Amino acid sequence: MGLQQNDMLPLDGNAAGGLLRELFALDLTNAEITCGGCGASAPIGAIRVYGGTMGAVLRCAHCDTAVLRIAHTPAGLFLDMHGARRLFVAMPP
Amino acid sequence: MPATEAVPASDPTPPPRLRWMTAEVREVIDETPRVRSLVLHLPEWPGHKAGQHVDVRLTADDGYQAQRSYSIASPPRAGMVTLTVERLEDGEVSSYLAGDVRAGDKFELRGPIGGYFVWTPVLGGPLFLVAGGSGVVPLMAMLRQRIATNTNVPATLLYSSRSFDDIIYRAELDEIGGQGVTVVHTLTRTQPEGWRGLSRRIDRAMLEATGFAPSERPRIFICGPTPMVEAAARDLRDLGHAPSLIKTERFGPTGR
Amino acid sequence: MSEPPVSRGFRGRGRAGQSVRVPPGQHLVTDFPVLSAGPTPEPDLASWSFALEDGDSPIGEWSWAQFGALPQTDITVDIHCVTTWSKLDTRWRGVSIDTLLEAAGLSEPPGPFVLVHCEGGYTTNVPSEDLVDRKGMIATHFGGEPLHPEHGGPARLLVPHLYFWKSAKWVRKIQFLDSEQPGFWEELGYHIYGDPWREQRYAGD
Repeated sequence: MGLQQNDMLPLDGNAAGGLLRELFALDLTNAEITCGGCGASAPIGAIRVYGGTMGAVLRCAHCDTAVLRIAHTPAGLFLDMHGARRLFVAMPP
Repeated sequence: MPATEAVPASDPTPPPRLRWMTAEVREVIDETPRVRSLVLHLPEWPGHKAGQHVDVRLTADDGYQAQRSYSIASPPRAGMVTLTVERLEDGEVSSYLAGDVRAGDKFELRGPIGGYFVWTPVLGGPLFLVAGGSGVVPLMAMLRQRIATNTNVPATLLYSSRSFDDIIYRAELDEIGGQGVTVVHTLTRTQPEGWRGLSRRIDRAMLEATGFAPSERPRIFICGPTPMVEAAARDLRDLGHAPSLIKTERFGPTGR
Repeated sequence: MSEPPVSRGFRGRGRAGQSVRVPPGQHLVTDFPVLSAGPTPEPDLASWSFALEDGDSPIGEWSWAQFGALPQTDITVDIHCVTTWSKLDTRWRGVSIDTLLEAAGLSEPPGPFVLVHCEGGYTTNVPSEDLVDRKGMIATHFGGEPLHPEHGGPARLLVPHLYFWKSAKWVRKIQFLDSEQPGFWEELGYHIYGDPWREQRYAGD
């Protein structure tokens, strides 16, 4: 599953949008994720993503903790969230 | 409560499950020697917002598949999506899309994807768009949307290209100026004879001179190679723009 | 589910069956692609150390200077990345795991499995027997030059007979364990062993 053409530089959570939409019913690029390492919050779309074509490793801009790790393998999609404390998705009532 | 402001709330109606659709190439437009736009026909296209992207999947006749993401260049329009692709050296997918592909060819597409890096007229402005290389693509969708809806939102595009011949959508951008829309080019590597425009990489001074004052609370969208995006975002924060008004999208490296 | 449409003229990269040196599903590259699970750490040789541990007990530790004073090994090997690129005849210099065990006073690994720990928190796992008998080394030079940070410098593990995600960049510690513990990618569905010749990319392959 290619997130990017060249694995050299990190992209961001926008590039992981399609991967996340495979699992979640809503777009998550606008969701605010709180880092379990340092407590900083940021929209997923703004967060650096590493891992190239192996998977998506979203890392906190302040402390580099991996807040989300995703790999889509032939068996299915793995999501490791233990580096995140909280996710907030704005929804109107 | 999280300290975000003016965050577009997710649509309460869950969008349909993202699925692969077949797109047919209707028209191929050579934008620059390395960049090409593909006008695609997809009758099932659910519509999109400026700034969103799609995932493209190609299948070879032996079943081999490759997948990449591309920003949508066109403003919302039923049944039609335009992608602009830069042909990267050694690019498995881009060398096909910006090379061999011709009208009538088909491939798979899923989308639209993204809710963060999105501008809709209801978000208002002013609008400051900062583009590096092929990062101009989603920003062009925003600019085209701004013009199509004919709002009076002031909009400025600051666009960095390697050379004059590398400016994507050059003719269209030449005609766009006026009615509250400003286009500023900077050419970072070579400039044509007689060039009187900017000729250096985007920096803090250029952002300050071409953008809007923080007191005007512009919606800022930055798209391009990772180092350029991160430097520009930092400079704009240092200039006093609220971080929540600065949206970023990092593209893969363009022409090192 | 209908078959996906074939994109006329799309060939993708050259694939299997090119040469006996290229494992199934791989293609050859002449550059050296970079893939990282995190940011490239800033090298700091003054504070760098490499350690061997048996469970939680330290059994050896070397500073950069001490590491450089150990007997060095030069090898030329082919490397294979799970993302399908392969690179032939890559030249490396470093200290073999055999040498490190010997320097720690051990004739064999103290445990059957290894968890590899790296700067930035990346981990991977290999069976101990896949590191000894000249199968693994801590590499500090590539192509005759000091290993560049984006390729894992100052030092990375090199286990070329397995997929290259096992050749962990920015290695700092090798921990011997009694039971197999999956590392970073292995926990996300990648194969626990990773033999390119059996195309063991993902768990269950």
